[in-house]
Amino acid sequence: MSLIIGRPHISLKNLNVYYGHLQVLKNITLDIPDRQITVIIGPSGCGKTTLLKTLNRLLDSVEGVRVEGRVLVDGEDIYSPGVEVTRIRKKMGLLSQRPQVLPMSIYDNVAYGPRIHGLKNKQQLDQIVERYLRIAGLWDEVKDRLSEPASRLSLGQQQRLCLARGLAVEPEIILGDEPTSALDPQSSQNVEKCLLSLKSQYTVLLVTHILRQARRIADYIVFLYLGEIVEHGPAQEVLNNPRDPRTKAYLSGEIS
Amino acid sequence: MKWRFLEEKIFRAVMIIATSLTALILILIIGTVVVKGFKALKLEMIFRLPQGGYYFGREGGILNSIIGSLQLAGGATILAFFFSLPIVFYLNYFSKSKSIWPTLIRFSLDVLWGVPSIVYGAFGFLLMTWFGWTASLLLGIITLALLEIPIMSRAMDEVLKLVPPDLLEASFSLGATKFETAWKVVIRQALPGILTAILIAFGRAIGDAASVLLTAGYTDNITTSLFQPVASLPLAIFFQLGTPYPEVQQRAYAAAIILTLIILLISYLSRRITRRYAKHLVF
Repeated sequence: MSLIIGRPHISLKNLNVYYGHLQVLKNITLDIPDRQITVIIGPSGCGKTTLLKTLNRLLDSVEGVRVEGRVLVDGEDIYSPGVEVTRIRKKMGLLSQRPQVLPMSIYDNVAYGPRIHGLKNKQQLDQIVERYLRIAGLWDEVKDRLSEPASRLSLGQQQRLCLARGLAVEPEIILGDEPTSALDPQSSQNVEKCLLSLKSQYTVLLVTHILRQARRIADYIVFLYLGEIVEHGPAQEVLNNPRDPRTKAYLSGEIS
Repeated sequence: MKWRFLEEKIFRAVMIIATSLTALILILIIGTVVVKGFKALKLEMIFRLPQGGYYFGREGGILNSIIGSLQLAGGATILAFFFSLPIVFYLNYFSKSKSIWPTLIRFSLDVLWGVPSIVYGAFGFLLMTWFGWTASLLLGIITLALLEIPIMSRAMDEVLKLVPPDLLEASFSLGATKFETAWKVVIRQALPGILTAILIAFGRAIGDAASVLLTAGYTDNITTSLFQPVASLPLAIFFQLGTPYPEVQQRAYAAAIILTLIILLISYLSRRITRRYAKHLVF
């Protein structure tokens, strides 16, 4: 049973991705449900990150990459010629493995996105910075030192700052590439809590190799193995009653 | 004793010898200049123009050369910067990955870096005769800028290569264009290195005699127009050393002290400025 409530937010149709002659993603067809947390699990090197980068076209800048097939976001093929890459990327906030703050103050990090998209009004910027720092659960910790360099924050705080920065451009989708892998347990929990509170308004797509994390937050699970989708479905179903022997093997720790 | 430990000791000795020899030579050069020029170094030198009979050891100073050198090197550095920045943006962010141009351009810049400055001077001189210009501040600036561009752009190029790709991705993922990313993120992150590159180029230009010899001319006055000849410290040193009068030769060394101090001062100031921005760097 491939149960999706409502229309899918992102649809992949026969997606193939090649690095030179090496095929990294093989014939991926997948619907990602709207406003739920979809978690992609799978051993390292199975193409999880590539899949994520295909969605916001960050793959464009990598040398020798070829993308075939269709990626529909809100029904629009984002790889069709004439599509503005910046508009596609604005729809998706990205959390990377290591938090990557920009070389500027805490305030400027959050205001960076709105500013490049044309917002100049100081009052509105102030509001945006406060609103999204609050959503990311960082406001109380940084409200008195907004002009300090973002690089002085702890890693956990930096990741939440990155979340606030991503949300500030008002995306519809949040992409997370193992966003807690560089963080301590407490910070990881904070980030997870944030993501759970955000799913009522955003479609969240998360890559992780931590099974427990998938169990804690996933609504929908995709198991990727050697560039192929082995199994996908509602989280409880895939995690508790996997159908494919490879999924069983991965969940029980035999493949890692 | 084991060979490994002996090896370590030998290598340590080689390092110490090489480093201290270099330091010694530097001290000798600066020492010679200071000892020989110290007597002639008076405030008058910095604040006055050459007066009558200056080149026979009489009154006056080298204010014309100090200001001229700053005009020449400052102008050339600004001009070179407006060429170097687009070059390195292109090389690092806008060139197609399979294009042969970046390799070719880097190679040409490396070759140009090694071209002796008298060749730039000769090229400027050629321009001058072709177009019927006379030696002037503008031509000196253009020639020095040509000398500076390979140095500045290759030094900045190496700096931009060190900017982490993840930082670019973070900016791209917010919907920033390449230019916005380069302009607002890369420049901030690479600022200390960019300033160093500018400084190296400036230092090279202010100390160069051969490229201004034929193109900028010389004058005893302060130059106020781009189309007039201009004096410079290296040429002041060159002319004064060439006289048979010991007092005048002394002044050449004094001028060398001033030139060194200017470079030291600018180097110090730019480091101070860099430090103010460096606190934002993410690595």
